[in-house]
Amino acid sequence: MEQLLNDFSPGLFIMQSVLMLAVIFLMVKFAWKPIVSALDEREEGIKNALEAAEKAKQEMESISSSNEKLFNQAREERDAMLKEAREMKAKMIAEAEANAEAEAAKIIASAKEAIEVEKKEALAELKAEVAQLSISVAEKLLKEELSDAIKDASFVNGLLGEVNLK
Amino acid sequence: MKLGKTARNKVLSLFSLFFFYGAFAASDSPKTESESDNHGAVSSEAEISEYILHHIKDAHDFHLFSYNDSEGHRKHIGFPLPVIVYSSKGFRTFMSSEFHHDDSGHHVVERDGVSLVKYHEKIYELEEGAHGVEFDEQHHPTNAHAVLDLSITKSVFGFLLVSLLMLFAFGRLAKQYKKQAVPTGFGRVLEPLILYVRDEIARPNIGEKHYRRFTGFLMTVFFFIWISNLLGLTPLGFNITGQIAVTFSLALFTYLITQFSGTKDYWKHIFWMPGVPVPMKIILAPIELLGTLTKPFSLMIRLFANISAGHIVVMSLISIAIIMKSTLGAAGATVLSLALSFFLTLIELLVAFLQAYIFTMLSALFIGMAVEEHDHH
Repeated sequence: MEQLLNDFSPGLFIMQSVLMLAVIFLMVKFAWKPIVSALDEREEGIKNALEAAEKAKQEMESISSSNEKLFNQAREERDAMLKEAREMKAKMIAEAEANAEAEAAKIIASAKEAIEVEKKEALAELKAEVAQLSISVAEKLLKEELSDAIKDASFVNGLLGEVNLK
Repeated sequence: MKLGKTARNKVLSLFSLFFFYGAFAASDSPKTESESDNHGAVSSEAEISEYILHHIKDAHDFHLFSYNDSEGHRKHIGFPLPVIVYSSKGFRTFMSSEFHHDDSGHHVVERDGVSLVKYHEKIYELEEGAHGVEFDEQHHPTNAHAVLDLSITKSVFGFLLVSLLMLFAFGRLAKQYKKQAVPTGFGRVLEPLILYVRDEIARPNIGEKHYRRFTGFLMTVFFFIWISNLLGLTPLGFNITGQIAVTFSLALFTYLITQFSGTKDYWKHIFWMPGVPVPMKIILAPIELLGTLTKPFSLMIRLFANISAGHIVVMSLISIAIIMKSTLGAAGATVLSLALSFFLTLIELLVAFLQAYIFTMLSALFIGMAVEEHDHH
């Protein structure tokens, strides 16, 4: 310790302290300040560039995701439209079928009706004809009988052969 | 094996010599003139240990090496440095060559009525009529007094050299940034170091909010210590950070910065520790107050001791070449000393960085503790 104190030079201490102050001042002014600020600037620049890149990436992502969304939407719309069209088609076909059936049924019904009416008319006509015929046969028969009662059977047969049932 | 053991013992005894030098120095000093007799040529263990201890001290001239010329005169190669002293009659300035390499307090330099001598790299002003400095038992000079020595000593010279290197290298780097965002050439080496100090030392220890204010100091200290340590490993023999005055100054900077940037919280934690009972607060206050002093004190001693020890060990290993000559032969001793000092120098390269890092890191930590804003406890 005594040796240490003996070795301690106050002059060297003063010189060292004064010079150190000067060197710190000079170094700060001419070296550290410009260097550190340049480094900071550079780091700031790098940080900004990275941030910008990140932002651009995010934008790209959002654009592509919105693109996808649009695409999906369009597909959905298309699907919906197709579905609708298919449904409409089915409906139209069903409707048309139903219509056709109804129409056919109607036609058939009216045809049946007409047939029925015709039939009735024909029957009525037939009835009237038969009645007429019967009346005329009866009239002739009566006339014949009245005129010639003997020749009845062959005569009636002959008459009946003449009758052409329609 | 036997030889190895002897070698170890010799080295160990050499180390213990350095270790106890402090104890010897006081009693030895008045009659230690043996060194000046052969002007720094050393051969014995005692001479070597003295030589080493002399060389980790600051010096007033820049001495590179000495040799004996053909006529047997001792020649010193190096250059003198300016001596600036504040004596009882004001400032006196002259070149250190005026002492003619005398370090024993006998060669008197007269400057305008002031008689100055140099003894163990300390300059004394002689009283009237004295012709050489003399010491009493307590190693106090009896006929002279120490002067305020503001010389450009070897360490100050080294400091200036390191400062110029730093200003040149980092100033150039700073200029480069004006033109381009990424430095070229040597700047590419320096930039990661700056980033290292900022991001690994200042930022985590002081905190995101305050670290900017202190980066200037921390970077200057870091690079100063590191370059000084590295310069100390060169054959130029600087020992800047191994001077207790230098490390004291550095630690004082840290201490003052810490105290002056201390927040209210910091002082409250020192004088009136929150969250403990009142008697404990009273006990803790002096301990905490003492703690503020021990922190920079440990900084000062750690750097000084590590660098001094490194220099002592490297020089000791080199001196194996001289000490072991008789046991191993000249070639064997030289190879052993070269191999050992080579590996130790590698370790010292690491220590040079490590000590700079530790000093800066702990400084940042202490500053961080002072500026920290506590939440409640």
